[in-house]
Amino acid sequence: MEYGGAIGLGLLAGILARVLMLRSDYRQYPTYPHGYSTHLFMGIFAALAGAVTIPALLENEWTAVTFFLLVAEQFRSIRGMERDSLKALEDNELVPRGTEYIENIARVFETRYYIVIVVAAATALGATKQSPLMGVILGAVVFMWGAVLTRVETIGETVEVRAAPVVVRGSDVWVGDIHIFSVGLKESQEFIRERALGAILTPKNDEGRDTLASQGQRQAMLHDAASILGVRRDVDSPEFAPQTKRDIRTGRVAVYVVPMDRDEGLLLEMLRRAPVLESARGRARFMRLGYSGKRNPRAGRKRIGGNHPEGGLGSDHR
Amino acid sequence: MEVTIQKVVLAAITDDLSKVSGVPAFLAKDDASRQTKAMYLSRILQGAVHDLGDGVLIVVKH
Repeated sequence: MEYGGAIGLGLLAGILARVLMLRSDYRQYPTYPHGYSTHLFMGIFAALAGAVTIPALLENEWTAVTFFLLVAEQFRSIRGMERDSLKALEDNELVPRGTEYIENIARVFETRYYIVIVVAAATALGATKQSPLMGVILGAVVFMWGAVLTRVETIGETVEVRAAPVVVRGSDVWVGDIHIFSVGLKESQEFIRERALGAILTPKNDEGRDTLASQGQRQAMLHDAASILGVRRDVDSPEFAPQTKRDIRTGRVAVYVVPMDRDEGLLLEMLRRAPVLESARGRARFMRLGYSGKRNPRAGRKRIGGNHPEGGLGSDHR
Repeated sequence: MEVTIQKVVLAAITDDLSKVSGVPAFLAKDDASRQTKAMYLSRILQGAVHDLGDGVLIVVKH
C-alpha cells in the first residue's frame, strides 16, 4: 500500500470538511438526526472518491477518470434529493419557503460535496507528492477557497432594514406609508393592532433594489423570520400570514408579520441576515449598459434613482 | 398534489342583497351580525375577510 497514508489523510480531510460544512443554523433544515447522518455518510463517499483519484491518476490508471465522472453524476442527484424532500414539506408549512429558496438550498448542498471531493483530492495530492503536512496545508487552502467562493451575501449588505409601525386605519393595514391589505373583521383588526410587527426595507443601491424585487427572495425572508419568531396564525386565518408589499414608486418593501414572539430587534436582525438567493441577486452589477444612459454615468453603483423614501421617480431612475 | 382554488370571492356578507350578485351572499342588516357571519365564514372557508365599504364584506381565498 504505497498510497495508503495519502488516501487515508485525504479521506479524513474530506470528512472533516463535510462535518465543518454540516453546521446547522436557522437557514438550513437538517437539524434532524437522519438528515445529518445521510449527509455524513454521503460525505464519506465523496471524500473517498476524491482521495483515491490522485493516486490512481499518478499510476496512470485512466479508467479512474471514467469512474470519477460517474461519481460526479451521483452527487449531482443530491440537488434533486434535497429539492424533493423540501418540496414534500412545503405544502404543510404555515409560511412556505418558496421554490426559489428551496432551489437555492439544494444547490448549496450539491456544491458542498464538490468541495469535499476537491479538498480530499488536494490533501491526497500534497501527501503523495511531498509530506502529510503539505497535504493538510493544501487541503486547508482549498477548503478556504471553497468557502470564499460560496460565501453568501446577506440582505443587510445591500438593503437598509428599519422598523416601521403597523397602523390599522379603518379596515386598511399599513406598515409605515405602505399599504399591505384590507382586513374586514374587527376582531382581526384589533389583534393586528396589538401584535403585528412591521419593517421597511430600503435598497441602498441598484443591486438591493433588484434583490427586493424578487418574490422568491421576499418569501425566503419571511420564512426565515417566521421560523425564529413564530407565526400567530393557523390555516384558517390567512390575515395573519406574514406578507411583503413593494412600493412600486420607490422600490422599497414593507414586511408585515404577526409573530408569536413580539421582538422587534430580532425581526430586524433576521431580515438583515437573510441570505440573498442566487436567483435574486441584483443583476445591475453585471450590466454596464444601463449606466451609460444616465446623465452622469460615473455616479457609480451606489447611486439610487428614485429610491428616496419621500421621493417619487427621480430623474435618474431607470 | 393538492388542488386549491385561489383569488376567488367565496362569499359576500351584505346589508342589501341588491349590492351583490354572482356569489353566495348573506344578508345581515347590522354591523355586529355582519362581523359574526364574516368571522364564521372565513374560518369555515379558510379565507380572508375584506371590507369593500358600503356595507359589503367579502371572503376571499388567497
